[in-house]
Amino acid sequence: MSEKNLLSVRDLVVHYETDEAVTEAVNDVSFDIKPGEILGMVGETGAGKTTIGMSIMGLLPKPPAHVISGSIVFEGEELLPTSPEPKKLFDFAIRRKRRHEEKGLERMLRTIRGKKITMMFQDPMTALNPVMYVGDQISEVLKIHENLSDADAVKRACEILEMVGIPANRYKEYPHQFSGGMKQRVVIAIALACKPDLIIADEPTTALDVTIQAQVLAMMKDLQQKLGTAMILITHDFGVVADICDRCVVVYAGEIVESGNLTHIFDNPMHPYTRGLFGSLPNLEVDTERLTPIEGLMPNPMNLLPYCSFFTRCKEKCDDCMKGNPKLVEVEPGHLVRCFVTTAGKEK
Amino acid sequence: MTKYILKRILYIIPVMFGVIVVVFLMKAATPGDPVLELLPATATEEQKDAMREELGLNDPLPIQFVDYVVGIVTRGDLGTSYKTKQPVMTEILQRLPNTLIVAVLAMALSQVIATPLGILAAVKQNTWIDNLIVFFTMVGASLPTFWLALMLIDLFSVRLHLVPSMYNGTVAGWVLPIIVVSFGAISQTAKGVRTNMLEIIRQDYIRTARAKGQKESIVIFKHGFGNTLIPVIAGIGSGLSGQLGGALIVETVFAIPGVGKYVADAVTARNFPAVQGGVIVLAFICTIISILVDVMYTVADPRLKTNLMAPAKKKKSSKAAAANGGA
Repeated sequence: MSEKNLLSVRDLVVHYETDEAVTEAVNDVSFDIKPGEILGMVGETGAGKTTIGMSIMGLLPKPPAHVISGSIVFEGEELLPTSPEPKKLFDFAIRRKRRHEEKGLERMLRTIRGKKITMMFQDPMTALNPVMYVGDQISEVLKIHENLSDADAVKRACEILEMVGIPANRYKEYPHQFSGGMKQRVVIAIALACKPDLIIADEPTTALDVTIQAQVLAMMKDLQQKLGTAMILITHDFGVVADICDRCVVVYAGEIVESGNLTHIFDNPMHPYTRGLFGSLPNLEVDTERLTPIEGLMPNPMNLLPYCSFFTRCKEKCDDCMKGNPKLVEVEPGHLVRCFVTTAGKEK
Repeated sequence: MTKYILKRILYIIPVMFGVIVVVFLMKAATPGDPVLELLPATATEEQKDAMREELGLNDPLPIQFVDYVVGIVTRGDLGTSYKTKQPVMTEILQRLPNTLIVAVLAMALSQVIATPLGILAAVKQNTWIDNLIVFFTMVGASLPTFWLALMLIDLFSVRLHLVPSMYNGTVAGWVLPIIVVSFGAISQTAKGVRTNMLEIIRQDYIRTARAKGQKESIVIFKHGFGNTLIPVIAGIGSGLSGQLGGALIVETVFAIPGVGKYVADAVTARNFPAVQGGVIVLAFICTIISILVDVMYTVADPRLKTNLMAPAKKKKSSKAAAANGGA
């Protein structure tokens, strides 16, 4: 590791706890991001990708969300509380300490959110306040973090609007007067306004049609390079990953099952799930009638198995797979896989 | 925008026509002879006939109706009160300010108190604060107005001698009626604001605002409350209309000379012109309120401005206003 990590997530475990059940949304996730790097995070819906993103932002809805353990270090600062949680009703001292720490963290997170780490949300249709001018929604973030006067903030917001390809004279319009693609551009503008160090882009193009997707992606890549921002791109589209990412992690049932650079993942996928994902993509070179989906459904995160979570759907499973949950194994430098079968004998 | 407002004002005409027809037919369908009420029991047949002729009761119904409508439209004439022989319009206009003062001030007071309570309850959902507020809104909504009025009179007037127990023209005299009326409205509004806020603080744009690093208080008030204005305005509108129609109880308890009491007295006295006039005036005010509410909507929610051309929605609200007024 030549460069220092911008963000490192270690052993993150997040549960959603309700009266009925505990949903194990994120299990033991660890990854790093270096400055200026684009990390793709791939997985199907419900795999826990958004929860990972929200944990980094400190925006998990609590309750029901519950960070059980783990650490998130951003620019050398820990973003998760370290003091123990009160277990019993009468642990007043512990509770007070915890609350104090949470308050302090929240204060610190407020200076980070929108300034150093920003998030682009999934659905541009609902991510903007319907009763505020789009321009004001951009200048708001500038006013919070950059100590600008109103006039300066408006001026900057207009520049940013132009940067994402929206004429500045549309500053005083409402979100409903914008098309979906333009709303997404506004969301991107909000995320880029303070030139953050890290952007968490949560399926930024999923709600858009394909032609706009390409435009928006090209723009994001372009702006990301100009500003030197690191990015976590949450998506379920390998095409998007191939387009703009440097590295990629594959998330399944709240776990990272495979991670590596694009060559590792695209040319030498090792985990049966990754292989299955590629198998379900259309291939221009092979003449097939139908795509081959991965059979079955993701396991219910309220009721995870004590062994490999992909077991029930796996085509390469063996009896040994039921012995326990496999660890992430480095099969070649930078390429980590969580599988007993395919990594057997390849451990380094 | 102007076109929209003008259009909404034009809608008053059919609505009010409907109200007048219903009110007029009600009188025609009601048994009893007003002449017997007006004249002493010793009056002769000739005197009664002369009275009927004078009141136009011998004309066929359609003619009576046309006379009535023409009178309203051209002279603002709602007929003459059987009881006092005064023009009904004059009598109502004398009493209307009293009713409006109670309704408007009570509404204002309840909004000022209920909105923060509702927001607080939503933000602190499932804590003891929320539970306490919800408990009080339930209590407040289930207390009958007349009972509350009597209890407050007993406490503040009879025991503590702080305020007069009845209307006497002084400012202090308004205090109890306004409190009584706003009590129910507070419960209703707080509940409504809470429900709406709960929905809104789960919206994506609230998350976006938080992701900007905005302070929680600003997130709630600027982004959250700004989006609850529509139901708040609707609540004010229906609260005002409801209070105008339901002014009777509080006006009776506190002996306030208002329109509600006027109409109620007129009903028992078979004073038809007064009943009709009261209902028509109240219905008219309710339609005006409904127009104001619709116009305020477009101010509160820019999305509605784009939809102004859709006529289906507007008709519905006019009908609702008519139903409100007739009630």
